[in-house]
Amino acid sequence: VSAGHLAFDAALVTALVLLAWRTLSARKLFEAAVLFIAFGLTLALAWARLDAPDLALAEAAVGAGLTGVLLVHVSRLMASADDAGDEARR
Amino acid sequence: VNGRAVASAFAVAALSGFAALALVELREGTAGLGIAAAEAVESSGAAHPVTAVLLDFRAYDTWLELLVMLAAVTAVLERRIPRAVPDYAADPLARRLVSLLVPLMVLTAGYLLMAGASAPGGAFQAGALAATALVLLHLGGREALSRLPEVLTRTLLAAGAAGFASVAFARVAAGQAMLDWPAEHAPAIIVALEAAAAASIGIVLALLVVAQLDAPAAPRDASRLS
Repeated sequence: VSAGHLAFDAALVTALVLLAWRTLSARKLFEAAVLFIAFGLTLALAWARLDAPDLALAEAAVGAGLTGVLLVHVSRLMASADDAGDEARR
Repeated sequence: VNGRAVASAFAVAALSGFAALALVELREGTAGLGIAAAEAVESSGAAHPVTAVLLDFRAYDTWLELLVMLAAVTAVLERRIPRAVPDYAADPLARRLVSLLVPLMVLTAGYLLMAGASAPGGAFQAGALAATALVLLHLGGREALSRLPEVLTRTLLAAGAAGFASVAFARVAAGQAMLDWPAEHAPAIIVALEAAAAASIGIVLALLVVAQLDAPAAPRDASRLS
């Protein structure tokens, strides 16, 4: 394993852990959803580095793509439901 | 020091420990079943070990996964296939981008399906990409899924699982092992099953997402729940 690969892998692992942490601790749902998409794409890179391109493709398409669409959509729905609730309370 | 921080520290420590253990195991060179699969590729109808595992050695697994997806989409759709046409006007930039991207995605999905026999790719990747293209079309304000006749949608939803079922039935009727493909037809059977599975996976995943996008926003007013 060359030093360059090792440095890249170390950066990848650090990025994954940081993104996972930020996703879980995000205050806003939309922020968490976007961070989750970034996490999925980084994870796809990790699979590619582990010589598992099949998994990398699947992770990018489903983990980041389709799940991302759903999460962003739901975060919007919940935000508008919150707004409606605020209106009603006022 | 609050409880949450302590719990988080424990979780991080435990995960790091597992990661370190995994690294040590990898160093010792445990290849799992990878070598066995690579050696047996010759005897399957596929040239790529992953495809050989998914569609030959462990075809049962793939068949049941397709059934799980079919069950999931059946539960979500509740007998109703969304007829909904996107009722919002997508902005022109998104429409243009979608019309540029979708043909490329369809092409790539087709390539992944065909490449699956000898290179990374295959039914799931092709299906997932096709599903993403369908969702993009929907988000871009264009009709795609709703244009399909309902009979065709239902057929495609079941095609993957039904494909496995019909080959299995034919094999049993011929007095052979259920999911053991005859050597001379194995490549053709695998390509056919992959194509059917890709179609099912694409439609199932796309419908799972689109059905949610079209679902009316549930009220979060607690008083209405009681």
